Amino acid sequence: MAHAYTPGLKVLHATTVQKPRILPLKGKVTVEKGVEVTPETIVCSTNLPGNVQMVNVANLLNIEASEVPEMMKKAVGDTIKQGEMLAESAGLFGLFKSKVESPTEGTIEQISGTTGQVVIREAPIPVEVDAYISGIVHEVIPEEGVVIESKAALIQGIFGIGGETRGELKVMVANRKEELNPDDIKPEYKGKILVAGNYVSLEAYLKAASVGVAGIVTGGFDYNQLKEVLGYTLGVAITGSEDLVTTMVVTEGFGKVNMARRTFDLLKSHDGHFASLNGATQIRAGVIRPEIVITLPAETTESEKSHDLSAGMGEGSLVRVIRAPYFGKLGHVKKLPPELQKMESETMVRVAVIEFENGDVKTVPRANLEMVETD
Amino acid sequence: MSEIVLKSILATDCGSTTTKAILIELTDDGYRLTARGEAPTTVEAPFEDVTRGVLNAVREVEELSGRMILDGDTILRPEHAEGEKPKGVDVYVSTSSAGGGLQMMVAGVVKSMTGESAQRAALGAGSIVMDVLASNDGRLPHQKIERIRQLRPDMILLSGGIDGGTISHVVELAEILKAAKPKPRLGSSYKLPVIYAGNKKAQDKIQETLGDITDLTVVENIRPVLERENLTPSRDKIHDLFMEHVMAQAPGYKKLMSWTDAPIMPTPGAVGALIEMIAKRDDISVVGVDIGGATTDVFSVFKKTFNRTVSANLGMSYSITNVLAEATIENVIRWVPFPIDEKELANRIANKMIRPTTIPQSLEELKIEQALAREALRLSFIQHKSFAVSLKGVQTERTISDAFEQSGSGETLVDMMELDLLVGSGGVLSHAPRRSQSAKMMIDAFMPEGITQLAVDSIFMMPQLGVLANVDKPDIRKSAEQAALEVFEKDCLIRLGTCIAPVGKMKAGKPALVIKLTLPDGRTVEKELMPGTLEVIEAPYEATWAELTPDKNLDLGKGKGTAIETNLYGGVEGLIFDTRGRQPFALPENQNERIEKLKQWSDAMNEYPESEGE
Repeated sequence: MAHAYTPGLKVLHATTVQKPRILPLKGKVTVEKGVEVTPETIVCSTNLPGNVQMVNVANLLNIEASEVPEMMKKAVGDTIKQGEMLAESAGLFGLFKSKVESPTEGTIEQISGTTGQVVIREAPIPVEVDAYISGIVHEVIPEEGVVIESKAALIQGIFGIGGETRGELKVMVANRKEELNPDDIKPEYKGKILVAGNYVSLEAYLKAASVGVAGIVTGGFDYNQLKEVLGYTLGVAITGSEDLVTTMVVTEGFGKVNMARRTFDLLKSHDGHFASLNGATQIRAGVIRPEIVITLPAETTESEKSHDLSAGMGEGSLVRVIRAPYFGKLGHVKKLPPELQKMESETMVRVAVIEFENGDVKTVPRANLEMVETD
Repeated sequence: MSEIVLKSILATDCGSTTTKAILIELTDDGYRLTARGEAPTTVEAPFEDVTRGVLNAVREVEELSGRMILDGDTILRPEHAEGEKPKGVDVYVSTSSAGGGLQMMVAGVVKSMTGESAQRAALGAGSIVMDVLASNDGRLPHQKIERIRQLRPDMILLSGGIDGGTISHVVELAEILKAAKPKPRLGSSYKLPVIYAGNKKAQDKIQETLGDITDLTVVENIRPVLERENLTPSRDKIHDLFMEHVMAQAPGYKKLMSWTDAPIMPTPGAVGALIEMIAKRDDISVVGVDIGGATTDVFSVFKKTFNRTVSANLGMSYSITNVLAEATIENVIRWVPFPIDEKELANRIANKMIRPTTIPQSLEELKIEQALAREALRLSFIQHKSFAVSLKGVQTERTISDAFEQSGSGETLVDMMELDLLVGSGGVLSHAPRRSQSAKMMIDAFMPEGITQLAVDSIFMMPQLGVLANVDKPDIRKSAEQAALEVFEKDCLIRLGTCIAPVGKMKAGKPALVIKLTLPDGRTVEKELMPGTLEVIEAPYEATWAELTPDKNLDLGKGKGTAIETNLYGGVEGLIFDTRGRQPFALPENQNERIEKLKQWSDAMNEYPESEGE
């Protein structure tokens, strides 16, 4: 049987989720293997090297760079406080001395007799990593971090903005084809994750942010409006480090796009449940998708997957079209003809014949299909 | 040493997604491309061994050519006859851009002088330049340090100062590097390679500052005197370190390096080397462009000077919305030959960014993508023009006649009137459904002036030919170079034709250009071409004799109103006479008029299917 490999997005009712929680630099793991954690539990911590300040002592004292070492009041490795004397010139007959005070607190790292520069390194910056989801510590990677494991419902979005957050899910619309009405967003939704249908307007997003909503999940959002949220035009899809009150996960794409039925139904079935949300997205090498994780009791049995994605697309596979003119439609693969076919654009491509949910049968380039992993 | 005549050559290019293999054989018709194969690149998990992908691509070549090349995992060499068919190949070479290619940071004292020279050396070697640090770049030391720590380059090229000049600035840059404690991108088990190519007098101090914490190599100064650049030692050292450090860290490359008969080159370095060689051989000015999903490379040779730029965020998929952001939506829409709402267009383009591997199915989608491509190419070329300049900071001697011109140091070398050949490659140009679309995209984006030949790289084999042309073994050098150049002419380039575009302000109602042609088959054509039109005359890639007389206000290369008699070379599209205007070229502001014009020009070139029979 013909197969094509097209990775898709996950929409899973019950699966085992493993979340690596890794430090940016080596440090200390603060939990043991097998321990139960909540999203707030600190699982590892470290210190990042402090910022560096360079002070041009030669210029400030109006002396030759080569004279700097002898004018120093501190040596390499010494600690220094802000405002403490760093160097002092000899002056004339011991008079008219000039001095340089340290602009910061830190440790002297370098003194250069060539450039007259002195390098002061500030105190290390502590970093703590939390568990992000509830679960148990599945693995400890010494000095680097841990892997948290949990049973969970998992939904991957296509694009997101903002980093990790969490809160109670609140479904705001009656069906997946409805947009989020800004007037429905109430102050009591502070800290919650709101679920919309096909679209969130800029007005609705800003209203949500103003009341302190933790996150929004939506089918679509306008690309043009991203600029108003981020303060800059997004050129490449690498996100997650933005400092936003409200993280947003877009499940389908840009524009007004109905949320996939399975995604919406799954979110609806968890209305009022606690979820972890991350908008971080990276489309280039080492793909990262935004996600919604709703942890389930440990005794939950994993539901069976409808397709093994790694086996690729086959006849009968459930797929979603990811490009115009059938963008957003779901259907089943009827046939995978091996020969190249000419599209309306005259591009010669490998295609799949798709039967859509409404019974229409259309030919679509395989590259424009995404497998939908469901259970 | 006696020279060997190569009978067969295998060459691969390991790209970030696909590994492409080509087989070149010595036939009765000289060296020809006889088979090609491709397979997914296997640098990433689960394979983590680049040679898997290479072997898979070579196996496809074996199947298509019927020649046995592999014995298990070994490439059989040299070619030998066993039974009817030859087995094995004489030479194997490869290029690579897998794993993100070579990513460098460069530093110089004055940004527009040694900073720019260092950038030129790194780009010429095939690297992506992540940032240029300079003493005068406006950033405070701690900002520079933070930037270095963020970036994690593969390698740093440090330059600064002319020989014998002041040393404190370049040593200060070294101190900044030291304070940042830079870590290499791949693996933390080795020290970051740093090349020092600055003031000779500062070498000891640099050694003292960086010797312990980095893997420091010292080469000749990149700018020994203000008037001269000396890029070759730095470029060569970058290639060596790329092999020794960067490639050796990538999975499977040690094995691949042991297979090849010449050092593996970074893909863009090989393409540049080939373009430089062609320009030199034919004594012509060339512009080459490779438009990819994330980046666009532009290469040029003008006045015998080679330049390469990488526009890191101008591409057709991953960075397509960045093209939109930099070009502005109005500039993209101006090329779309149907009415479309700005918001709708932006959403469609952004959806391509998040689903970068999709293909335009409908004609509308194709037209939108090609509109975007025009702007990506145009912007990349603007960046290239501002970088490909004569050396800055040089006192130029002037004669009385120069005194009235605004020329001086730092002027762009790119002269569109002087340009002889424009070569395009990359998916959107090489794989456009119609060649006329490639030709039109290139003309609209680059706006060639006077007489310019156009070509596309049919299957993007310039990298393999580039590395082949640069094999540095005395016994096979000549034969390898000959093979590369012959295949380049016969199989790599698809000659689209020649664009003839007069420059200057056109007068409505008055012919812009009068042409008299004698085609290779003896046919003659005489025409008066009015302003604002495109006219295509079918002609093969053979000499067509032409007498071209521009209007008295227009220039075709020999001065205003001066007629030119020359041979023109056609191609699959033919001779394209473009009297739409250059300096200025303008599209009507009114939407309906603009769309009408776009359709007229499109029809003239038989660009899109619906134009047929209209």
